[in-house]
Amino acid sequence: MSFLLVQALSGLATAATLFLVSSGLTIVFGVTRIVNFAHGSFYMVGAYAGWSLIERFGGTPAGFWGSVAAAALAMGVLGAAMEIGLLRRLYRSPELFQLLGTFGVVLVVQDLTAWAWGPEDLLGRRAPGLKGSIDILDQPFPLYDLVLIGLGPLVLGLLWLLFNRTRWGTLVRAATQDREMTSALGVDPARLFTGVLFLGCALAGLGGALQVPRESVTLQMDMAIVVEAFVVVVVGGMGSLTGAFLASLLIGQLQAFGILVFPQITLVLVFLFMAVVLVLRPHGLLGRPDEAPPTAPATVTVPLLAGRHAGTWALALLPVLAAAPLVAGDYALILLTEVVILALFAASLHLLIGLGGLVSFGHAAWFGLGAYGSALLVRHLDAPMPLALAGAPVLAGLGALVAGWFCVRRSGLYFAMLTLAFAQIVWSIVFQWYAVTGGDNGILGVWPPGWAAGKATYYWLTLALCGGALWLLYRAAFAPFGYALRAGRDSGLRAESVGIDVRRFQWMAFVLAGAAAGLAGGLYAFAKGSVFPTLLAVPQSVDALVMVLMGGIQTITGPLAGAVVFHLLESEVMSLTDWWRLVLGLIIVALVLVFPKGIVGFLSGIRSRT
Amino acid sequence: MKHRHPTASPLAKVLRPAALFAAMSVAVSAAALTAGPAAAQSAKEPGKFSGAPVRVGEINSYTGLPAFTIPYRQGWQLALEEINAAGGVIGCCELQVVSRDDAGKPDDAVRVAQELVTNEAVDVLAGTYFSHIGLAVADFAARNKVPFVAAEPLTDAITWSKGNRYTFRLRPSTYMQAAMLVEEAAKLPAKRWATVAPNYEYGQSAVSWFKQLLKEKRPDVEFVAEQWPVQGKLEAGPTVQALAAAKPDAIFNVTFGADLAKFVREGEGRGLFRNRKVVSLLTGEPEYLEPMKDEAPEGWIVTGYPWEQIDTPAHKAFVAAYSARFKETPKAGSIVGYITMKAVAAAITKAKSANAEPIVDALAGLTIDSPVGPVTFRASDHQATMGAYVGITTVKDGRGTMKDWRYADGANYLPPDDAARKMRPAE
Repeated sequence: MSFLLVQALSGLATAATLFLVSSGLTIVFGVTRIVNFAHGSFYMVGAYAGWSLIERFGGTPAGFWGSVAAAALAMGVLGAAMEIGLLRRLYRSPELFQLLGTFGVVLVVQDLTAWAWGPEDLLGRRAPGLKGSIDILDQPFPLYDLVLIGLGPLVLGLLWLLFNRTRWGTLVRAATQDREMTSALGVDPARLFTGVLFLGCALAGLGGALQVPRESVTLQMDMAIVVEAFVVVVVGGMGSLTGAFLASLLIGQLQAFGILVFPQITLVLVFLFMAVVLVLRPHGLLGRPDEAPPTAPATVTVPLLAGRHAGTWALALLPVLAAAPLVAGDYALILLTEVVILALFAASLHLLIGLGGLVSFGHAAWFGLGAYGSALLVRHLDAPMPLALAGAPVLAGLGALVAGWFCVRRSGLYFAMLTLAFAQIVWSIVFQWYAVTGGDNGILGVWPPGWAAGKATYYWLTLALCGGALWLLYRAAFAPFGYALRAGRDSGLRAESVGIDVRRFQWMAFVLAGAAAGLAGGLYAFAKGSVFPTLLAVPQSVDALVMVLMGGIQTITGPLAGAVVFHLLESEVMSLTDWWRLVLGLIIVALVLVFPKGIVGFLSGIRSRT
Repeated sequence: MKHRHPTASPLAKVLRPAALFAAMSVAVSAAALTAGPAAAQSAKEPGKFSGAPVRVGEINSYTGLPAFTIPYRQGWQLALEEINAAGGVIGCCELQVVSRDDAGKPDDAVRVAQELVTNEAVDVLAGTYFSHIGLAVADFAARNKVPFVAAEPLTDAITWSKGNRYTFRLRPSTYMQAAMLVEEAAKLPAKRWATVAPNYEYGQSAVSWFKQLLKEKRPDVEFVAEQWPVQGKLEAGPTVQALAAAKPDAIFNVTFGADLAKFVREGEGRGLFRNRKVVSLLTGEPEYLEPMKDEAPEGWIVTGYPWEQIDTPAHKAFVAAYSARFKETPKAGSIVGYITMKAVAAAITKAKSANAEPIVDALAGLTIDSPVGPVTFRASDHQATMGAYVGITTVKDGRGTMKDWRYADGANYLPPDDAARKMRPAE
């Protein structure tokens, strides 16, 4: 009994940190609608800044808590600076374009932090006066964790007072409910947003600095926390502080007791929980429907630029690409092969985002399932390559068929996070099922047979298959299917009223996109010779999203250009410098500022102005 | 109907994206074709070497895990400078290294390996830290018939179940390190054991070897609890509490890095280690022990690298040269990087050739003198006999270190050649 109580208390301590970080995220999202991917970076830098200050001044209780507060305030200032320098310039861009900007910030911050604090893990000192433990029913429990447990509700209470008893808080709540109306009534949204970013990032920094006495500060902290913080925000209901608090408590307890029943469950527990909550409750635990973001990217006014002659031009381009092996060396051919595969991967995601208005955070699941479909056929059934390649879109499509049925019943960020949940579930199965998938050591020896082993032959094969699939996607976009999908995106209600079964079309689009991504995955497996769970992991999904956003979502060629630019940039910069994340991040931030509508969107924009 | 669209024609609208795509494709090929080698590491002294340089392609997770890979890089850089100062390889040729980051992803590592082989014309591949990346590069090496010296990955598969002709591995494997610790664990009176390990192949195979080997020596032990935290995301409080609830006599730990620090802090705070023995993999390596400063655990039985206490002349010379060159003390990664490059050079010199097949033949059975003693790459399974230091952790002058240690020669913890050969796929 006493053991269960202490286990519950441990869960509460975990929940406190989770709440501090996710409360900042939910406030920022609620008001600005920005999916702040860099939120985890503020948590990490907050921890590093806290470590430095605590090492210097943390010998006394006043010094320690002063250091924590100073680190939090510093992160608030940085957050406000990010709003003024970057995000403010992007509010007129399509929704989610800010996500690309904040992704650039993540990369920059990773390298700058490594440069400033060095690569080694840093273990800070413990909080003075709170070093020991007390016995609770004969079980020792750390004092500091007790303080954290108290801090969670305290911060919740303070935030409640701030939002309900101050003018600023009232304005923030007003902006959360209706941003346009608030600014129409004379509230300067820019100043409000700067303040909100300050508060949100300060909370992230506070969460980070408070970790110093508990764990060592590392360069992996940002990624570890940001996905979980999003889960808490979505499970709680977006924009709902109480929801975030409740979700943190539940996740903390699930973690604490889950490991007693089934220790391996930690791999996937939070995502399973999120999937269950979102399947049962469309707006999370305490979210309200009217606070949900719009389904469609609202600023898409000119839908999809591509006319009747696109096919002709694609046919004209094909010989140019097909002639590449005449001039290109082996490595260039491999890069080209990868670019073509990734172009299909990005285009398949664009089918969902651009046509369906459905932003998926878990698209790597289908890419990876395709890769594993091929690899499993080769490994377990000794299948020849054509059969294995045919199996890739089938397995991915089947996976998407099941997941899609659930996902299309949700919209906006809830849809996005449900796709992420499914992707993580698939990932954990692949990661853990050693007998079949080889676990994290992957499947080796998935090489093309002799006739296709030449770099040029495999490139031509890839070009033919991806070209065919891209042509199909293009046809789908301008077939009645594509128009129905767009109708559902632009106005679900009106589309329903003219007899379009929107969900059904979205479901079909989900399966089509999944199958196309699967084919890309299958080709990728044979190009690399091996598959690993990293192909289904979050970074792979983020890459796809970055490619689509970089190219611009309003044009059908956007994702292709995005794939070309992103992959070449990454691979070239990576081979030139160790600081490639800094360079790549700065390029992305610059691209976002110069081309707020994506590369292709920008080029089209120039043309329509002249 | 009259269109009042500002653009010239639908055709022009399509043309631009398409043309852009074409232009970019051409740019790709051009960039890839002309991309010159990023400054290869070399001593630029014209006339010093009579033959053409031999090139090594080096891949590691420099941005993914800098805390462990930067000391490794400094290790091989030191070795490279020594090799070239002493006349290079085969007595005539400069050894050049082209180093690349793999971003912690196996598919990136394979692309980088291809780039090194085709664009940089490297003769040998070396490096890698993560097991899955090591395996991916090993498979690439076999496919493309390039010798590959895997420096740091620990998985048994790389030399056994997925072993191939072109791949050799330096560091003592998971099996070897587990076997070294079992020897000590079997001497303990403890009967009830609990395990905690990161939930991936390294943690799993370490625990399963430990269980199997310990039960062979001590049929009376039982394993009463196991915890499998996600690597890098250990929930320290609940995990420690769950282990304590099983009331084990001793604990086998495989967590490392940030997880280890959390585990130690929380375990001390909650009294988990009171009156319990802990046997712990790799914890004695400075990478993991030093960041914990005076909070490093006392009395754990570990494998590690007590660099400041090893007083053989060869090792003292290494420490002196390393500290002078980089103004910091060596880590376990440093010695691994150093020996890796020395082994590559020795193999090339022994082969008297920069060609793949002679180098592979030379690596099989190659013995070199290293700062930790002689190291042989076994011909049977391509595993090096580099050992590890087994001892007890302690805190001295405010920092964690090891005491009562001994060097466990890897040769004594490997299965016999016949048995090892049987675990490898037929060639």
